[in-house]
Amino acid sequence: MSIYETNEVRVAAKNIRKTILGLAINRGGAYLGQACSCADILAALYLRVLNFGPSLGAPQAMPFPGAPSPANMDYQKGAAYHGAPDKDRDRLFVSPAHYASVVYCALAEAGRISHEAIEKFNVDGWNMEMIGAEHSPGFECTAGSLGQTVSIAAGTAHGRRLKGESGRVFVFLSDGELQSGQAWEAFQAASFYRLENLIAYVDVNGLQVEGYTKDVMDISPLEKRLEAFGWKALVIDGHNEAEIVRAAETLHPGQPMIVLCHTSSACGVPLLEKRMPFLHFVGIGSEEIEVFKKFHADM
Amino acid sequence: MNIELNTHSKNIINWAKAHPEAVVLSADLGSSCEIKEFKNIFPERYFSLGIAEQNMVSWAAGLAKEGFRPFLHTFGVFLYRRVLDQLEMSVAYPNLPVTFVGFLPGIMTPGGVSHQAINDVATLRAVPNMTIFDIGDATEIEGVLGLAHEVNGPVFIRMLRKEVPRLFPADKPMEFNRARILSSGTDIALFSSSICTEEAMRATAALKRKGISIQHLHISTIRPFSDPAVVEALEKVKYGAVTIENHLTTGGLGTAVAEVIAEHGLGTRLTKLGIQDTYAHGASKMHLLRKYGLDALTLARTIEAQVGKTCGIEEPDLEELRAEDYTAV
Repeated sequence: MSIYETNEVRVAAKNIRKTILGLAINRGGAYLGQACSCADILAALYLRVLNFGPSLGAPQAMPFPGAPSPANMDYQKGAAYHGAPDKDRDRLFVSPAHYASVVYCALAEAGRISHEAIEKFNVDGWNMEMIGAEHSPGFECTAGSLGQTVSIAAGTAHGRRLKGESGRVFVFLSDGELQSGQAWEAFQAASFYRLENLIAYVDVNGLQVEGYTKDVMDISPLEKRLEAFGWKALVIDGHNEAEIVRAAETLHPGQPMIVLCHTSSACGVPLLEKRMPFLHFVGIGSEEIEVFKKFHADM
Repeated sequence: MNIELNTHSKNIINWAKAHPEAVVLSADLGSSCEIKEFKNIFPERYFSLGIAEQNMVSWAAGLAKEGFRPFLHTFGVFLYRRVLDQLEMSVAYPNLPVTFVGFLPGIMTPGGVSHQAINDVATLRAVPNMTIFDIGDATEIEGVLGLAHEVNGPVFIRMLRKEVPRLFPADKPMEFNRARILSSGTDIALFSSSICTEEAMRATAALKRKGISIQHLHISTIRPFSDPAVVEALEKVKYGAVTIENHLTTGGLGTAVAEVIAEHGLGTRLTKLGIQDTYAHGASKMHLLRKYGLDALTLARTIEAQVGKTCGIEEPDLEELRAEDYTAV
């Protein structure tokens, strides 16, 4: 074990997978493949990388506070769980909002929300939705429409630089959404404005709803494309804590940086291997539930 | 009646001097949207985002979250039709103070269908948290930024450029969600917006000479649309209401008035003038005004028919009242 590896992150990532597998078993399904692919990334970011102040969010789940409106702007924001927005602190924008269960679990593992709050996940009327919005714990913007969040994060990084703030802006992306035009508009603008305070982590699991990304709409070679767009691009093993942590420390003067994390949507739950490439939403039927329950109990 | 030149250009520079949080984002049409001079004076507050409006809208959301007041400048079509998802999810849902300054409303361009924002009001009236201002003259250009600031949420402005008449006194600025009563009468309630208000003022003047009295309201806040003066106008007239707008007759001012009539159970007869369920094409403003029936003569004849009185108003009766040379392309 190197200085870049800790038991803490490994345990947190395992707990995330276990909790979400439990949700899939109890609720008939979940975005389990995404939990498997990104648990290590989000655990490492929350526990080792992000410079967040203490959480300002309520430890317990809350009833849905209502959609924002002129009369409803003071509700608890999802960003509260990332601490006060101080000048030297980091921000984290999560783009694939259907990864919400992983974000909630990562917050719980980081001590930013209670484990009991996870019981309200996807329960009618609560703020822990399956695909939430900026009131949902851990979400700094409304992100469900893929491709937009990298622009919002870049605009935030731009604004923070204009104000002379030293904190970094992280954005967590999924690979399928890099098929969208807006993401590349954002990549070109972020390098044009030399946003070196912007760091993207991408869960390159190679899957999307209709199958393998290379078959639905190939986006390779991602590293070369992003370098051509003016970004510092790294390729790492997205299940290796040391690589995830070290990547954030890489120097990238005058450039935004993107970390392409190669992952597997069956990592930690090998029962999912045979379902490849259809792991967008994992439903567990009666014929398999005992197998999954046994695996879950042994985790 | 005076014609003012480049009012927005001058106004936003003055505005920005007092509001350091104001920044301009441009999608390569700044020089066509009266924001070139702003760039010369405030180069550090002018951000070019290129021909990439979707990114520009979400980027603006990020800036707004950090306390800036972004003013997005390009043609109106590219600020709602091309970017509706970004406008809704990045800006309108979180109720962020981003101002969309959309130029070339309706038929105000010979640029043709791709450049003519003819269903922006219809589209954006259905977006929660949005405020929509439809500019009618130079005085309103001078007042609208202050109103947008007070709204403190997403605002879409149907902006006019270059030569714009001053129809309203410079010391009588536009007010939020308040109609401007331009004439009082009891025969017809007339609601007009954008460039159609000048046409309507000419028609009402000619009709008044012929003995038809009109309650004429200019509408510059089209969302929200809850000024009690609208109901009062509808309740006081004998021959119903007419709307005229630089927009489709579906979903815009005419529809908003129809909703008020229905919701208040007024049963008022309503004729909606505007672009009738069609896309337009590229031609001069005067040609398009006449072709799509947004002009004073069409309005005068519509009102005559609705009152049931033929006054014999012809183009020359209206021409002498014209402020702007619409034959210029």
